[in-house]
Amino acid sequence: MNPTGTHPLADTVPRTDHTPQPTRARAATPSPSRLLAGWSAGGRADDLTTHRRRYGPLPHLTADELVDLVHAAGLRGRGGAGFPTSVKLRAVADRRRRPVVVANGCEGEPASCKDAALLDCAPHLVLDGIELVARTLGAESAILAIHDGPDGPGPRLRTLAAQRQGPVPVRVRGVPARYVASEETALVNFLSGGPATPTTSPPRPTDRGVGGAPTLVDNIETLAHIALIARNGAPWFRELGTPDLPGTLLVSIDGAVHTPGVVEVAAGTTVRAAIELCGGPSGHVQAVLSGGYGGAWLPATAIETPLTHTAMRAAGAALGVPTLLPLPSGACGLAHTARLVRFLADQSAGQCGPCLFGLPAVAADLAAIAAGSRDARHAHDRLRHRLDLVTGRGACALPDGAARLTRTALDVFSADLRDHLTGRPCLAAGAPMIFPLEFR
Amino acid sequence: MIKRLRVDPIACAAHGLCADLLPDHIDLDEWGYPILADGRTGRPLGRDDQRDARAAVEACPTLALRIEATPR
Repeated sequence: MNPTGTHPLADTVPRTDHTPQPTRARAATPSPSRLLAGWSAGGRADDLTTHRRRYGPLPHLTADELVDLVHAAGLRGRGGAGFPTSVKLRAVADRRRRPVVVANGCEGEPASCKDAALLDCAPHLVLDGIELVARTLGAESAILAIHDGPDGPGPRLRTLAAQRQGPVPVRVRGVPARYVASEETALVNFLSGGPATPTTSPPRPTDRGVGGAPTLVDNIETLAHIALIARNGAPWFRELGTPDLPGTLLVSIDGAVHTPGVVEVAAGTTVRAAIELCGGPSGHVQAVLSGGYGGAWLPATAIETPLTHTAMRAAGAALGVPTLLPLPSGACGLAHTARLVRFLADQSAGQCGPCLFGLPAVAADLAAIAAGSRDARHAHDRLRHRLDLVTGRGACALPDGAARLTRTALDVFSADLRDHLTGRPCLAAGAPMIFPLEFR
Repeated sequence: MIKRLRVDPIACAAHGLCADLLPDHIDLDEWGYPILADGRTGRPLGRDDQRDARAAVEACPTLALRIEATPR
């Protein structure tokens, strides 16, 4: 057992070469264990018997009771957007046709590994959530979507799902590991037999989703929370977190910290406190990348910002899928951003012109600035204009995320930007990337 | 009902006819894709613009342009 509640992913999830291997962390501030209770107690995932003994049986609810309960709990989706889960549940419950329930466990953010960790540490809690929602809504089918791959969790999850003999069998489906493949419309498109690329909405999946049926797509952490709320009630759920974002959050932490991993914290915990749970920063931190690669840079001066959607937005950043990547002071934030935007450009499905042409152009401008090239000033003028051109003009939010990341970089690293534009040499611009660029 | 132009970014293939037919409502970006007032949605169409807007919608070779009616 790890005393801080950090999930050391090295045991289970392939890590990239440039991320340090986690070590046993010192005991820090105690962090709550709701989703990860079984893992925290036993150091491994509960089997079905232990799981049922620990959490108790799943209650039976009507659809109205479920929607009201989730509404009273104030649960917001844990897939990034933070949309009220009860609204989505209501939209599907009100349709006449039997719905399809999709549990989205294929996190598209390379910096995020909380869904992989949850499937690893508490698979039966996720399956509980799927079973409860599917049964309550009278779903025609239930799908657990995960990343495809030879070493993926597919075979294990299929075995675990088969053990449960629930009223709505859960099918485990592998989805290509691409950035936009787990976007809601892309996932629905793929599960309906099409490519894993976003589609134009409306129609929303809740109106017409997989196979034309109204479809509830919820992140697996959201569903795991529902499984706990159904057992313990809304007041219990609200004992942790903030009025606006109740409950706990799984946060992936990597970059300049001593023990990268996934922590469960009460929503509203500060960025600093979450980083401390991972052994603290491994050096002086100049900024923290939050919300993944389509997220935003948070300056080190804002490290006391609470982890909620509203507080992070007010600080000019984003909670998104909670990921925190501290950047050490020796690294070049502009060069890192240039590589991240290049990565995002490569992840484009290539369907929308402003994304297909805009993101490589933005990445090239950033690279020219980071390299301090003679064209840097022009690149900067072009870049400001192009950021407006790519925002809000794609079918999905990929170009918006890339633009937000870039805008916050220009802001947070403004002193560096001045140096780069005036041709002062940057020793760190050519240094290797410290953040992971592969899916796990 | 207020009518606005809306572009389907997946269907749009940058033919640019819409900008020729509706220069007051549509600009093209450096890659030839239409820029509307608010990302994918245009500003409200006046009564006088609606005939031209319908012509632009019909002229789009990929059917990417449409007119959307919203209560406000």
